[in-house]
Amino acid sequence: MERRDYNFGFLDENSKREIRRCLLKAVAIPGYQVPFGSRELPIGRGWGTGGIQVTLSIIGKEDVLKVIDQGSDDSVNAVNIKKLVKSCTNVEITTDSEEATIIQTRHRIPETPMRGDQILVLQVPTPEPLRVVEPRESVTKQMHAETEYSTMWLTLYEDIIKCGKIGISSEYPVFVENRYVMNPSPIPRYDTPKLNDSETLYLFGAGREKKIYAIPPHTKVIPLEFEDVPFETEDFSGKKCHLCGAENVYLDEITDENGNTYYECSDTGFCAKRRAENAKH
Amino acid sequence: MQSINNINEPTGTEKPILNVKGLTVRYGKGCPHCMNGGELNKNTCPKCHTVWAANGVDIELYKGEILGIVGESGSGKSTLMKSIYFDFPVTEGEAYISSYMDGKKNIFDVNLQQKKFIRNNIMGMVYQNPVLGLRMDYSAAGNIAEKLIAAGGRNFGKMTERAKGLLDSVEILEERMKEPPKNFSGGMQQRVQISKALANNPEVLLLDEVTTGLDLSVQAKVLDLIRMIRQEFGVSILLVSHDLAVIRMLADRTVVMLDGKVIERGLTDQILDDPQHPYTQQLVHSLL
Repeated sequence: MERRDYNFGFLDENSKREIRRCLLKAVAIPGYQVPFGSRELPIGRGWGTGGIQVTLSIIGKEDVLKVIDQGSDDSVNAVNIKKLVKSCTNVEITTDSEEATIIQTRHRIPETPMRGDQILVLQVPTPEPLRVVEPRESVTKQMHAETEYSTMWLTLYEDIIKCGKIGISSEYPVFVENRYVMNPSPIPRYDTPKLNDSETLYLFGAGREKKIYAIPPHTKVIPLEFEDVPFETEDFSGKKCHLCGAENVYLDEITDENGNTYYECSDTGFCAKRRAENAKH
Repeated sequence: MQSINNINEPTGTEKPILNVKGLTVRYGKGCPHCMNGGELNKNTCPKCHTVWAANGVDIELYKGEILGIVGESGSGKSTLMKSIYFDFPVTEGEAYISSYMDGKKNIFDVNLQQKKFIRNNIMGMVYQNPVLGLRMDYSAAGNIAEKLIAAGGRNFGKMTERAKGLLDSVEILEERMKEPPKNFSGGMQQRVQISKALANNPEVLLLDEVTTGLDLSVQAKVLDLIRMIRQEFGVSILLVSHDLAVIRMLADRTVVMLDGKVIERGLTDQILDDPQHPYTQQLVHSLL
């Protein structure tokens, strides 16, 4: 039943319009962090409020929504967000990546390749990629303006010289259209190449930090890498999902109480769909 | 090998590699009194209290020479150096580098990107306090790589080889290149700073009181290193010091500053053995 005591999409129309304007600016300048007036929501800041505001601003009555949290459709965060959006929009909710027109996600990009008629909304805790090297916002803004990213490169250099390899497991910094260094949100390195020359529109919302940024379709997104030390993703060769048998996907490593280690798909919707197809055959 | 004492003494026809004209750094808006050349109380206007940290300084640095700059604390030596290195904004003045746009472009009048290019490729700076010039938590090799990265270096292997070579030339062992400078002694930190400043083969090296605070034996090592650098790298050096012994040992020519102004200039021996200005006479006699 549709809730009538809130506006469609919870936020008032002026707020949604302001966020959509910021989104347009973000799309026009790929990788640039656009400040926006992050609204109060019935969810604590830091629990996906940036992504929710982006989703609520772009969602229409005909849209089909999927929400995932670290690949899972059923985690507490994903379920709560789905309930909120459902209660104030009454749109259809799905777990199938192919059916969805908008996918809101935290920490993963779905395994099923995204299409041009879909939008992926990513929740971002720390939008500023330079925060690890510079705590002052005024200085990081200046660094972006001057394309002064030597310190970022230096942290990668330090990783290699001290540990022999780059130790960043998620939020691997990327260069967008050879202009801005961007934080792709805490997706694993495995998902980083999916951002490059993608069919779909990626929107990033950081509610606590009040920033929005975007990667429009077919944008050049390259991870920072040295000429002689190429970027590497996680290696799952020789491993497969113990539930659906999928290979060449991002796998979660699980150890049970008996000490046995096994792997299963991080993307639960993808895994469930494969199992259903396997069952048919 | 060429003798230290006759390296590139300016002949009169040679073009300076760095030519600074009328460099002025002013803190305060100024008033008709000080702006029209009225008398100052040291470097401060008695009427509006504007501080003239550097006041119309002219210097010329020739290829391969070491130009010493001496003066008491607050005379404007470091202001001059840091202004040339773009650390401080310049109120007035011009500076030309012969290799940059054929020496026709005032480097104080270029955009931010060009300033970065000049800082990273043409000049190198060694500060009195290593904390200003080094990242104390990053490795010694990383500190040198930072300069190479800023100049566009993106090859890890080549940058590490370069860092290794430079650290070796300042006698820092390869085994210690992964250590952060905070673990090093003061002299070693200065040597890392020097190797960082040399990373991109600069034409001009700015040394700001590099031996201050070091004990005598370490001072001697750093001074030997500066001489070696001049000989091996052929770099021109602007050397700021308030220690006349250091200036006598290293500088070909010397400029004496007082209250933000140049009061005397000439060959180092001439300045130290036959000072003309009363302040220089006082300085020389008080120390020798």
